[in-house]
Amino acid sequence: MLEIKQLHKSYAIGDSSLHVLKGIDLSVAQGEMVAIMGSSGSGKSTLLNIIGMLDEADEGDYILDQVPIKNLTEKKAAIYRNKFLGFIFQSFNLINYKNALENVALPLYYQGLKRKERQEKARFHLQKVGLLDWETHLPSELSGGQKQRVAIARALASDPKLLLADEPTGALDTTTSYDIMAFLQQLNDEGKTILIVTHEEDIAAMCKRIVRLRDGVIMEDKKVTQVRAELHV
Amino acid sequence: MFDIDFWREIFQSINKNRTRSLLSGFTVTFAILLFTILFGLANGLSNTFAEAFVDDAANAVFIRSGATTKAYKGMQAGRRIQFRNEDYKYIKTDFDDNVEFITSRIYKNVAASFRNEKNNYSLRAVHPDHQYLEKTKVYKGRYINQRDMDIKTKVVVIGKLVKEDLFLKVDPLGKYINLSGIPYKVVGVFADDGGDDEERLLYMPLSTAQQVYGNNDYVDQINLTYKPELDFNQAIDFGLDLEKKLKERFLVAPNDQRAVRVFNMAMQNKGITQMTSVLGIIILIIGMGTLIAGIVGISNIMIFIVKERTKEIGIRKALGASPKSIVAIILIESIFITSIAGYFGLLLGVGILEWAGPSLKTYFITNPSVSTSLVISATLTLIGAGTLAGYLPAKKASKIKPIVALRDD
Repeated sequence: MLEIKQLHKSYAIGDSSLHVLKGIDLSVAQGEMVAIMGSSGSGKSTLLNIIGMLDEADEGDYILDQVPIKNLTEKKAAIYRNKFLGFIFQSFNLINYKNALENVALPLYYQGLKRKERQEKARFHLQKVGLLDWETHLPSELSGGQKQRVAIARALASDPKLLLADEPTGALDTTTSYDIMAFLQQLNDEGKTILIVTHEEDIAAMCKRIVRLRDGVIMEDKKVTQVRAELHV
Repeated sequence: MFDIDFWREIFQSINKNRTRSLLSGFTVTFAILLFTILFGLANGLSNTFAEAFVDDAANAVFIRSGATTKAYKGMQAGRRIQFRNEDYKYIKTDFDDNVEFITSRIYKNVAASFRNEKNNYSLRAVHPDHQYLEKTKVYKGRYINQRDMDIKTKVVVIGKLVKEDLFLKVDPLGKYINLSGIPYKVVGVFADDGGDDEERLLYMPLSTAQQVYGNNDYVDQINLTYKPELDFNQAIDFGLDLEKKLKERFLVAPNDQRAVRVFNMAMQNKGITQMTSVLGIIILIIGMGTLIAGIVGISNIMIFIVKERTKEIGIRKALGASPKSIVAIILIESIFITSIAGYFGLLLGVGILEWAGPSLKTYFITNPSVSTSLVISATLTLIGAGTLAGYLPAKKASKIKPIVALRDD
């Protein structure tokens, strides 16, 4: 469902240029749960940005669900992001003046859905993450784990093909982290394709496949036996 | 197209970020308030000046005569100078380039009566041009015209108060008023901003008066207005030249202050007009200054707001907001706040002027007010400035990569 071939990306720094991605080949099938690991500067964030259509590659192909992602206008990128992708961030990135329900409903607003339909769908996803009782609460009234659950509900709201998680447990304690991972695993069990950028080995081990990056190339790409998070909670 | 969801987003954002909304609103309200009050006070000051000169035309010149005080060219001191119709014609023809309206005047006091009502009034016998010189407002009938002059008709134009005194509720037009035994037909009624004294008067054709009272061609005074295109210095020169020529004509010593007196409004008006124009410049500077302060304020706030919302923008973009919708939501919000706040400032300012206006009369400020269109354009300027100041950072923010915006914490 995701096909990347010979991806190159450089950033200009002053007169010289920094070659960040040096020919990445990656293919992810439907239903996979992939951890992208690497130290800072390895290019993992750049790779996630390109997959998330927040940045464009200099060279190489990127095909998502049979749609070639190339030369996108900002507007088209926005539409594709809304349709194909759900983002989960380290710092949750909820809009602080909107309550849980409104946050979850926001991607649906950008899809152009009617208010009633938006609220219905948002409630469904809030219920899925177990926070329906908290729908009128502002992010500041929620715990870290709850915020990340709201963020996951928001990422799921537009029913994306691919969930992109950038250090989703980075701001959480271990118990809550495993709790969130258990939920992501459950989503994956239901068939969602999930890509997680992390530098924590235990989190990576809870995925089904680990891709290790170093200096802009893939060092290692192996399937692993998934550690079920619920066993640790 | 009215998009209720878009406006819901905006109202939620305004409502949930009250400090921010109030801050930007306050800047605009305050700027417009100051602008309104300063302009209003300055206008009040100009009104005071304007009001002081409503009676006569601002470009008037009055020429009067008296007795000589100095012997000159073989003539004794103490000789009376008497203007005649030929002097009127001389000024009218020889100074044609500079004269706009000109009239002679004869003063008489008359006992007037209509039916049983009687009173004494001043009478002015004049040329038709007098109407423009004195700013006489004929609101009923007509003024003296050239035909009256030519055939010496026995007609009068009466002041509003004369009409009220003598005619009570009768329509005076076409009625005959008795002036010291001679009946005159009333052809018009006038009002004058100069006050009660100016409305307790009668006007009569000059030629008629000359025939009736003495059968001569004497005139007591000659009034004229110089052409409005003359500037003050030209007008003053014209007045001095006129005075010099008239003194020569009557063999009056050039330094004789009494025999021929030319009073030129340009002399007084020069100072006042200079002051008014300086005042105008000060008003303009103050207004501009207030507006610029407002523009700087709203621009700063807009830049701050966009900075503050960078993260939110990143989130919205990651969720599928197009750059256009990002720019729109920021700008419409600020335009909305600015408009409401500007309108509020306008109401407040006008209210304060209205409330304080009457008590300011003692400080030479008459009827302080501003034209609504002026304040609206000031508000629009602020909105425009806020939009421009918000647009650039909003545009920039809409181009930030969401990941960059989001990581920035």
